[in-house]
Amino acid sequence: MNAFDWDAVGEALPLLLEGFRVTLLATVLGTLVAAVLGLAIAVAGRAPSRLVTVPVKAVMEFIRSTPLLVQLVGAAALFTSVEPLTIGIVVLGVHYATYTSEVYRAGIDGVPKGQWEACRALSLSPRRTWQAVILPQAVRNVLPALGNYAISMFKETPFLAVITVQEMVFEARKYGADHFAYTEAFTLAGLVFLVASYPTSLLMRKLEKRLGH
Amino acid sequence: MSDFLSTLVDEFPQVRAGLWVTLQATVLGSLLALLLSFTLGLMAGSKLLLVRGVSRTVVEFFRGTSLYIQLFWLYYAMPQLTGYELTPVVCGVVAFGLNYGAYGSEIVRGAINSVPRAQYEAAVALNMSPFHRMRKVILPQAWVQMIPSFTNLLIQLLKCTPLLWLISAADLMTVVQQIRDRTGETLTAYLTLLAAYFVLAYALTLLMNLLERSAKRRLGLHTGTRSLLRTRSAEAATTAGGAR
Amino acid sequence: MATDSAPLKEPADATPATGTAAVEPLVRFDKVVKRYGDHVVLDELDFTVRRGEHVTLIGPSGSGKTTILRLLMTLEKVSDGVIWVDGSPLSHVRTADGSLKPAGEKQLRESRKKIGMVFQQFNLFPNMKVLQNITEAPVNVLGMAREEAEARAVDLLDLVGLSGKVDAHPSQLSGGQQQRVAIARALAMRPEILLLDEVTSALDPELVAGVLDLLGDIARSTDITMLCVTHEMNFARDVSKKVLMFDAGRVVESGSPEKIFSDPEHERTREFLNAVL
Repeated sequence: MNAFDWDAVGEALPLLLEGFRVTLLATVLGTLVAAVLGLAIAVAGRAPSRLVTVPVKAVMEFIRSTPLLVQLVGAAALFTSVEPLTIGIVVLGVHYATYTSEVYRAGIDGVPKGQWEACRALSLSPRRTWQAVILPQAVRNVLPALGNYAISMFKETPFLAVITVQEMVFEARKYGADHFAYTEAFTLAGLVFLVASYPTSLLMRKLEKRLGH
Repeated sequence: MSDFLSTLVDEFPQVRAGLWVTLQATVLGSLLALLLSFTLGLMAGSKLLLVRGVSRTVVEFFRGTSLYIQLFWLYYAMPQLTGYELTPVVCGVVAFGLNYGAYGSEIVRGAINSVPRAQYEAAVALNMSPFHRMRKVILPQAWVQMIPSFTNLLIQLLKCTPLLWLISAADLMTVVQQIRDRTGETLTAYLTLLAAYFVLAYALTLLMNLLERSAKRRLGLHTGTRSLLRTRSAEAATTAGGAR
Repeated sequence: MATDSAPLKEPADATPATGTAAVEPLVRFDKVVKRYGDHVVLDELDFTVRRGEHVTLIGPSGSGKTTILRLLMTLEKVSDGVIWVDGSPLSHVRTADGSLKPAGEKQLRESRKKIGMVFQQFNLFPNMKVLQNITEAPVNVLGMAREEAEARAVDLLDLVGLSGKVDAHPSQLSGGQQQRVAIARALAMRPEILLLDEVTSALDPELVAGVLDLLGDIARSTDITMLCVTHEMNFARDVSKKVLMFDAGRVVESGSPEKIFSDPEHERTREFLNAVL
């Protein structure tokens, strides 16, 4: 039984913050993938043919209902030549795209039917209809939800350590193992998460209120 | 039949044991989460600032620090700090329970707040005690609203159970990966594993839908059979913004 | 309609000894003020209701009528002043030095024993069938035996003309039927004072008469004191013995229905009656 060792905290912190940069990078890029891919999936889900919509829906349901960790480890085992960080960002992005696509879908469904009819009456091309009329209205209210998913993803980035991405928790485990100081390393890592995610989620709540959710 | 699948069949007792560990962690973790959801959720509605404050702090703490870290803290750090060691499955149950209990308390709080104030007033007009009002009038109505969100949370919890592999509990993921290592069939192995979790998730969703239907019946609301087969993840995804 | 009111005939248990009731009114508002922020709803309101009286509160919307009922049911707190019921302060307790301070939940529950309320939107409990809506409080608040409570509930459902709906869910009933159940539910608690808050406003027009008839029957066949906020001037005329005309948080005029409706003294009363009649 050991007491809490403050020296170890001072020693581990720079290492963890080094790893934290990778954590942030994965979160930002993963969110970007999720935001763009999610939108594409949502638009594909409105395709006129069931040959498109049904398979898209099924694949989304499957990815959403299965563990991120299995997807990550499986992808890393299959694509051994790809850099782990890249795999991590893509898998995180795809997994979360199945969620963000639903957010976009709800946004698109929220655009009044009259808007579609007006576009048809003006003979706008499908491309113009989406670009100029539907999406600008649909996307406005999705920001807080996207932000909340970004925070969730942030808290799931430690999964990347499993496929040897050297993010913060990877560093914490390594330090803990090397110095037999797991308590200090994991406590510190947890606090870094708390300090980073709590103000961000407060910000999102404020944004939600402002947009009148 | 592929090597992997025949080995899977040969090693069925081991697979069943792994499945059992996964289910145990899911069910016990959910029960602990449910208990905490109600405790923290009811505390959040207290008149006393201190009680509300404790609830808020606990919720923000377990939501804000990653589940992954909570699990590792319990498994690696706690024995070092206290000399007291938990088995891997117990670590999993406690970490899942604490983390999802924190999220679940928001569901309970929100559902209680969504019961119309008029119901509370009618209960006051009948001179019911605060406890009686909550137990017989508010909670039964809030419960119906909670079930879909709890279903979502339950699936999220199930999806986190493969973390048990990392703290050497012999769960489903561990067992299937061992068989994969022996046969070398990576793609089949992971697709099988994903399919297994998908089936589990769907089965749990069906059970929760049944629960929801019986709860709705008690309010005199009837739902079609089709709604039983519906998955919840899609609609949860759009509303999860606040709950996650 | 069944007018057998057996479940109602028993006198309320807190009837005071003869003599005192004549002196002290059952309900007395003493300089009651109710404010929401800067907005004054009731402005030093004084009025009394005698035991057994059926009083109708009329007046333009926003004049504070519903607030009076909500204060009496202790759903709201007074900002200033005291409400006296049967000689005791409703939502205050006496401290050692004789002054009054706001009551806690325990004292409020004591005060609520005498009072029942029927709401505009019925507010039946959707998670309970009709029978349980009526028996829940008698069994768990009054401590009545379940068999007795159920027998009384069946009698009361008979009284309100819904004998067949014992096992129905509230959601399966029409608005008028729900309101009848709500009336039965309130009566099951044997209130001395029954507060009726625009009980017909949410009903389809063809259902209003039935509910009003029922309330008229109850008023005639029981000794329950009734305070009624309504826009149904017929009800005010036929059932109540006293009409209070409210405007801007004060009583501008009070008297018998005949007097108020045929010969109103106050300009505001005339304006109001011209607008609604």
